[in-house]
Amino acid sequence: MSKRIDVNDLNVYYGNFRAVEGVNINIEARSVTAFIGPSGCGKSTFLRTLNRMHEVLPGARVEGEVLLDGENLYGPGVDPVTVRSQIGMVFQRPNPFPTMSIRDNVLAGVKLNNKRISRSDADALVEKSLTGANLWNEVKDRLDKPGSGLSGGQQQRLCIARAIAVSPQVILMDEPCSALDPISTLAIEDLIEELKTEYTVVIVTHNMQQAARVSDRTAFFNIAGTGKPGKLIEYNDTPTIFNNPSEKSTEDYVSGRFG
Amino acid sequence: MSNTLTESGSRGRAGDKVFSGIALFAGCLILFVLFCVAVFLLWQALPTFTADPAEITGGSGFWTYIWPIVIGTLIAAAIALLIATPISIGVALFISHYAPRKLSQGLGYVIDLLAAIPSVVYGAWGMTVLAPALVGPYVWLAENAGWIPIFAGPASQTGKTMLTAGIVLSVMVLPIITSLSREIFLQTPKLHEEAALAMGATRWEMIRMTVFPFARAGIISAIMLGLGRALGETMAVAMVLSGGGLIASLIKSGNQTIAAEIALNFPEAFGLRLAELIAAGLVLFVITLAVNMIARWIVSRHKEFSGAN
Repeated sequence: MSKRIDVNDLNVYYGNFRAVEGVNINIEARSVTAFIGPSGCGKSTFLRTLNRMHEVLPGARVEGEVLLDGENLYGPGVDPVTVRSQIGMVFQRPNPFPTMSIRDNVLAGVKLNNKRISRSDADALVEKSLTGANLWNEVKDRLDKPGSGLSGGQQQRLCIARAIAVSPQVILMDEPCSALDPISTLAIEDLIEELKTEYTVVIVTHNMQQAARVSDRTAFFNIAGTGKPGKLIEYNDTPTIFNNPSEKSTEDYVSGRFG
Repeated sequence: MSNTLTESGSRGRAGDKVFSGIALFAGCLILFVLFCVAVFLLWQALPTFTADPAEITGGSGFWTYIWPIVIGTLIAAAIALLIATPISIGVALFISHYAPRKLSQGLGYVIDLLAAIPSVVYGAWGMTVLAPALVGPYVWLAENAGWIPIFAGPASQTGKTMLTAGIVLSVMVLPIITSLSREIFLQTPKLHEEAALAMGATRWEMIRMTVFPFARAGIISAIMLGLGRALGETMAVAMVLSGGGLIASLIKSGNQTIAAEIALNFPEAFGLRLAELIAAGLVLFVITLAVNMIARWIVSRHKEFSGAN
């Protein structure tokens, strides 16, 4: 139930501005891949091209190909809606739907495209997804309360439950812990460790310890200067990136000399 | 030593006091004006309620006189809202979420321009263009749907009917509902829109999941503001509707609204008749107040899920 991603020579644009240049990367199935790099280096922008969320912004476009088990996401006739239902996303700030109950939040993705689901199947799916997101025990008695009443960390786990409820192939996480306290961050990191047994996980993070703790492979992005496009500098097994990088800028960044 | 603490910033605090004084004054002024209006209406309308019922227009008391035009007012407003609400929300959604940016700006200006047209102009248009143009459709309605009481014939030969007035009113409330809804649709948090899109929602599903729930209270307020205008609109109705007693059919001459009734009769009214008309104004005032309170109640009912927490 998880697929690999291969990116070939991808350029990302906002209007005429090239934000990310020439990325080639192979992301393994059932692994955690971390994107690190200084602010503005295009790692979040690149992440959003992996489920075609980039093009939601006006003027944004992409050149190159992203292959999900060999199928090009940007091929002719590919519907971005279908792409996004297979590649889930968790955002920087927790964003459960405020007008929906916890239960409805989990089921929101499942009920899309006029799909119907029986009450008992729905109950089972809610329990399975919330359990999968390590949230079940905390909310099982208040499934009909609004999701916005939970704490930040709980809301983020609710968003993860919402993402895994539709059984995606890949889960993208855009700095999922940056708005959370250390305890909640730990809970999410534990969860990521469990998620990789079933899903391909890609995570953008500003926190290098986090990248070192949770990821199998790490990609370092950097930017030559303001107004220049971001580039993928180095991509390797996480221990190699942190202990024995081959690029000077990677070493400078992971050792805290800049960024 | 203690001077540094007590003296610093005293100038800034004077500014604070002035501003809060102005704000308090403005708030009180509104309440005061509202109170004065209510007192004026009650005071001037009083003779109507104490007078002999036989002296009131119609000859059988104020309530017999007023209820047909209350119903007429509500019918006109209801027609206007039934037509204007779906169109307004559609246009607002198009501007906020579908149209390309350049087109949406231009369209926004045009809609706002609609609100700037004086009601006399709407009345003139309704009377000279819309009413004659609707005679044909009304005749057709009377022939083919005449068994429905609201379309009972024979249709008016001038087209100056309740339905025409309602349509003119709908054009007038359209810009109010549209521009308010558009503002609120645009304020939908991007975070929630992206959450919906990222799990594979189509644009319409995204709008249903995030934009509408977020804008719910705002849409209701917008409709209520529109309703306020539709209830109180005077000139256009007075020009477009050839009024009369209360009848069920919307395509015959007849029916009247409170505002138009007051406007048409006020110039020649004196004594008890004047008090009657002011009492009618009081009734309109109470209706509008009730409508607003109901709207508030609807808005507050779903506070827990409103996204404000």
